[in-house]
Amino acid sequence: MSNPQLVMYDEEAKQISAIIDRLTKEANAKVVFVVDKNGQLISSSGETAGLDTTSLASLTAGNIAATGGLAKLIGEKEFSILFHEGEKDNLHISIIAQRVILVVIFGSQSSLGLVRLRVKKVSEELAKIFESLARKAEAEAESGDSPFAEITDDDIDNLFN
Amino acid sequence: MSFINYSSREINCKIVYYGPGLCGKTTNLQHVYGKTNPEAKGKMISLATETERTLFFDFLPLSLGEIRGFKTRFHLYTVPGQVFYDASRKLILKGVDGVVFVADSQVERMEANMESLENLDINLKEQGYDLSKMPFVIQYNKRDLPNAAPVEELRKLLNPNGSTDYEACAATGEGVFETLKAISKLVLIELKKSH
Repeated sequence: MSNPQLVMYDEEAKQISAIIDRLTKEANAKVVFVVDKNGQLISSSGETAGLDTTSLASLTAGNIAATGGLAKLIGEKEFSILFHEGEKDNLHISIIAQRVILVVIFGSQSSLGLVRLRVKKVSEELAKIFESLARKAEAEAESGDSPFAEITDDDIDNLFN
Repeated sequence: MSFINYSSREINCKIVYYGPGLCGKTTNLQHVYGKTNPEAKGKMISLATETERTLFFDFLPLSLGEIRGFKTRFHLYTVPGQVFYDASRKLILKGVDGVVFVADSQVERMEANMESLENLDINLKEQGYDLSKMPFVIQYNKRDLPNAAPVEELRKLLNPNGSTDYEACAATGEGVFETLKAISKLVLIELKKSH
C-alpha cells in the first residue's frame, strides 16, 4: 500500500503531548492539535473541552487535502502553511514531515508572528518523533508481534451484538 | 490506513461510501446517524451545496465498542457523486480502509453506476490500492422503486467478482446497518491479516 500505517506508542504519545503543551503556552494559543493527513486526531492540548476535536481533525485534513490539490494544479508540491483569520479566533495550520498536520487556534492574546515563530521551533522536534515512529512501526510490523493477530471472528461478531 | 494508538488504546478506521450522484450515500449516513446511540457517535458533518447535494464530503465518526481492550472507532465518509467532482473524490479516498459502493437500482441509472464503479477503480489504483483485494461491499439501493432493475442483473453488471452485496432502501433504513456491519467486519479482518 502507498500509505504506511500510522501507529502510536505510549512513549511517543507522551513526547508529542509535552511538545504541544509547551507550544500552547509559548504561543499563547487556545488550542493546539496534531492530526494525521487521513483525518485522525493524534494529540491535542489546551482548552479542548467543548470543542469537537474529531470533526476539527477530519475537516483540517480535508482542508489540507483540498489545498494540496490546488497546489499541484499550479505546479507547487504543497502549501506547507495555511492561515485562517476569524473575528475572534484564528487558525494556523502547517504540515510537518509531509505526514502530519499541526493546528494552532489562537485569539487576540497572541499574534500570527508569534505563532509562526513557535510553530517553526517545534516542527523539527515533532518531525523527528514521527520519523522514529514510522521506523518503529515498520520494525514492529516485520516482527509480526501484534495483539491484532489474535483477534478471532467471535471478537468481531461480538462488536455487533 | 487504519491508525492504531497503543497509548489511548484505540483503533481508527476509515470507510468511504462511493457511488453515482443521488444514489443515496448521504442518506445511508443520515440513517446510521439517526439510529445510533448518542454516546456512540460524534457530530455528522455535511459539506453540501444549498440544494443539499454533497459538495466535498459527509463525515460521521462512530464507536463500535471494544475488541481485545482496544476501542474501535470508524470514520464514515461519503464522496460527492457528481461526475465533475472527481478531484474531491480522489482526496477523500486517501487512507481508506474499506469501501461501500452504493448503486442506484433504477434501470436508467445503470450507466451512471458502471461509470462510477470504474471511476472508483481508477482512483484507487492511482493511490496504489486494488479494489479486488481490499474490504469492499456493494449495496443495491432504492429497491422499493417500481423501476428498480432485478438484482441478478445488477449483480452481473456491477459485481462480477462476487463481493459481499446487500439490497437496501436507505430512505427507510432497510439494509443500511447490514451494509455497515459487513464492511466494518471486513476492515477488522483485514487489520488482523495485515498484522
